[in-house]
Amino acid sequence: MIELIPLVLYLPALGAIINAFAGRKSVSRIVGPAVVGLAFLIALVVLAGLLALPPDQRSRDVLMWTWMPGRGLDIQIAARVDPLSLLMTLVVTGVGFLIHVYSTGYMADDERYARFFFYLNLFITAMLALVLGNNYLMMFLGWEGVGLCSYLLIGFWFYKPEAANAAKKAFVVNRIGDFAFTIGVLWLFAIFGTSDYNVIFGKAHEVFKPGDTTITWITLLLFIGATGKSAQLPLFVWLPDAMEGPTPVSALIHAATMVTAGVYMVVRSHALFELAPLTMSVVASVGALTALFAATIALVHTDLKRVLAYSTISQLGYMFMAAGVGAWPAAMFHLTTHAFFKALMFLGAGSVMHGLHGETNIFKMGGLRKFMPVTAATFVFGWLAISGIPPLAGFFSKDEILAQTFNAGYPALWALGTLTAALTAFYISRITILAFFGRQRFGRDVHPHESPPSMTAPLAALAFLSLVGGMALGLPLGEGSLINQFLAPVFTESHVPVEAATGNADLLTSISVAMGVLGIGVAWVLYVARWIPASFVSRVFKPFYILFSRKYFVDEIYHALVVVPAVWTAEFLFKAVDHAMIDGVAIGGAVEVMTLWSRALRWTQSGYVRSYAFLTLLGAVAMVLFFLFRL
Amino acid sequence: MPDLSNLPYEQAIFYLVSALAVGCALAMILSKNAVHAALFMVANFGLVAVLYLLLRASFIATIQVIVYAGAIMVLFLFVIMMLNVQEADPRSSRGPQDRLFTLGSLAPLLGLGLLGALAYVALGVKQPAATSGGLVFANIQDVGALLFTRYLYPFEITSLLLLVAMIGAVVLAKRR
Amino acid sequence: MIPLSHYLLVSAILFTIGAVGVLIRRNAILIFMCIELMLNAVNLSFIALAAYQNLVDGQVFVFFVITVAAAEVAVGLAILVYLFYQRLTTDVDDINSLKG
Repeated sequence: MIELIPLVLYLPALGAIINAFAGRKSVSRIVGPAVVGLAFLIALVVLAGLLALPPDQRSRDVLMWTWMPGRGLDIQIAARVDPLSLLMTLVVTGVGFLIHVYSTGYMADDERYARFFFYLNLFITAMLALVLGNNYLMMFLGWEGVGLCSYLLIGFWFYKPEAANAAKKAFVVNRIGDFAFTIGVLWLFAIFGTSDYNVIFGKAHEVFKPGDTTITWITLLLFIGATGKSAQLPLFVWLPDAMEGPTPVSALIHAATMVTAGVYMVVRSHALFELAPLTMSVVASVGALTALFAATIALVHTDLKRVLAYSTISQLGYMFMAAGVGAWPAAMFHLTTHAFFKALMFLGAGSVMHGLHGETNIFKMGGLRKFMPVTAATFVFGWLAISGIPPLAGFFSKDEILAQTFNAGYPALWALGTLTAALTAFYISRITILAFFGRQRFGRDVHPHESPPSMTAPLAALAFLSLVGGMALGLPLGEGSLINQFLAPVFTESHVPVEAATGNADLLTSISVAMGVLGIGVAWVLYVARWIPASFVSRVFKPFYILFSRKYFVDEIYHALVVVPAVWTAEFLFKAVDHAMIDGVAIGGAVEVMTLWSRALRWTQSGYVRSYAFLTLLGAVAMVLFFLFRL
Repeated sequence: MPDLSNLPYEQAIFYLVSALAVGCALAMILSKNAVHAALFMVANFGLVAVLYLLLRASFIATIQVIVYAGAIMVLFLFVIMMLNVQEADPRSSRGPQDRLFTLGSLAPLLGLGLLGALAYVALGVKQPAATSGGLVFANIQDVGALLFTRYLYPFEITSLLLLVAMIGAVVLAKRR
Repeated sequence: MIPLSHYLLVSAILFTIGAVGVLIRRNAILIFMCIELMLNAVNLSFIALAAYQNLVDGQVFVFFVITVAAAEVAVGLAILVYLFYQRLTTDVDDINSLKG
């Protein structure tokens, strides 16, 4: 049954081809979601096949074909089926299917409907190639493929300048990360002569000693690639702007799947990262700092989707923090639950925008639960889940990460993560309350309406997953949880020393729950009870407010440090090199020289036969004289 | 076959005929009248035919008179008379086209340079030993034998060339 | 007997006169005649050089040259006539279409 795995990859590819060439709405609305749904079902069958095997044999490579055979560079296009890749495959196809269904309603009025589904299917294909490949080359292909689809989908409404610029920004910023990633992969290829996971991970322990400079550099380069793709410090700037794309895209690519590719890559390469303790610390620190950093920005933003975007960055920070402390299953667990509740919240936001004709400012919403009950109800599940309220999904995974961080000996990071948890609960409560509760703040001429079933059904499904996903995967708490057991075969060779739990697990759990409750409570005080007006708080903490609302001036700093010098350089190259040197000196000079020569030689071409005859004879006499007296 | 290795007054005939030939050539290029020029040319060709005879090349001397002085010159005269063009004094320059490289003054200078070079070569040629006993008469038989043996292919190709020239002349003359 | 170099000298003088004639005359017909003169001068060299080595080959070459010259005159004069009907002149200085 495991041999069915190529179908999972081929089906979305087939769908992409059909959507690209059929171009009919009636075709796309069936084919687009159907191929992803079928892929999900096949992935379930493969899962059943995998579970039938004993745990220590749950890793299979299924060869699809060999690319460029016989030249010493046999690149095997093969699928690696193990619990890790299969978990990702299920998330990508499962959440992807729901978002495809949602898109049939959300994009119903778009005239480039088929193209949208072509891009979505193509994205799923690339993402699955990234996830399922058994070598870094396939991962790289998928990596670049999802980057391309991300660019195409952010800029789907390219006639809006903001969308076009956001797409460009995403692509350029990602390119910086991809560059580092490419160097890392090529370095591995140079050392091992292959990009095959089996060889690299199998030999890594023989080739490198823990803490070697080389492996530290390689893993750092790979991690820089991950910061680009997963929007971590310092390369996170593209993700908030990416919200210019259609909301299902934000949900699918910029919340649930593509941005988690960096996490997946780090987890997949855990055998390498474990050999580089320095890199691990960097990963954990960057993750924790990003989590806090993005959460603070999210506190003050008023755009529904952008708050969710910063929330995504923050949650991805959690995942990297978990990866950095060696809590690989915890990272994947949070990746999975995050995919559920963040996709849910993005789709809910999309539903709100659908009902409010594209409005995203939370201060122009309010009281929407009366008009869109299903959206509001499902959003509440997302709200509680991300806030870490038991027994919803976010509680289990976030708690796992925080506990493992503390136990791994990083109390400072744990403190950052716990503070972030409170902030998270606050900002999510803020947008939920402002959007769905309280009085109506939109104009009288706006008549919100509930979205069609094609959109509410995926919301309900994701709400259900947000509710039970954590319980299903995360119980019983600790090492014995289902997800830990499922993923255990992947990490049997894990070399991070697992210290005995030093903290009281119950105490840690209580603290993180208390933080969630605290955040919600503060939001209730500010926005529901209004004991203290929110404007008063923002005045008291004015420097922070400005810092947060201006996003720590990161865009301005990047503009000054990167964009302006780049523009200067381009201007210089354009004016001095291209215009003056190439056009002026090189081309103009060549023209000038030719003109001068032509002018000098023009009088020899008088057109008169006798003049030619004279010159011919002159040449003949000169040659006769030359041969007579020189030779 | 009479012995023709020595002819009476050979040297006197050679220098006289040569001088006349050169004179005719000069008169030809300097004469204002095209018909006169053509007639001087006929005279020149006839005198060169005498030089061929002095070199014991009777066949070439014959066809020189028949082809050149006969056919070709008649053709020239015919064209000259048909077109009836008269040229201005060849030594007078006129128009901008005479400014460069076509000047009557420069051309003779170049001619002197050419003549100097050619004379230097000509006077430097040693007398071959093979003919110390006088020149041998080569009659038409000898020429024909060579023409149809060693030079058969060039001969046939020449016939082809004549055919092409004939067709070309007809085509050109027909086009109006 | 007459030295070979004297024949060659006569040939050189005739050739030079022909060449100068080509340069100074403007009438295409006369230029043609000068070219014939140059060919004739070369013929004289051929025959003289061959005769002084008791060879007949020189005469065969001259035979070919005369044949080619005849063909050339036939075609050349046809072109000339054609040109005259087009331009109403045989003055080569009036014909400068070759100018770039």
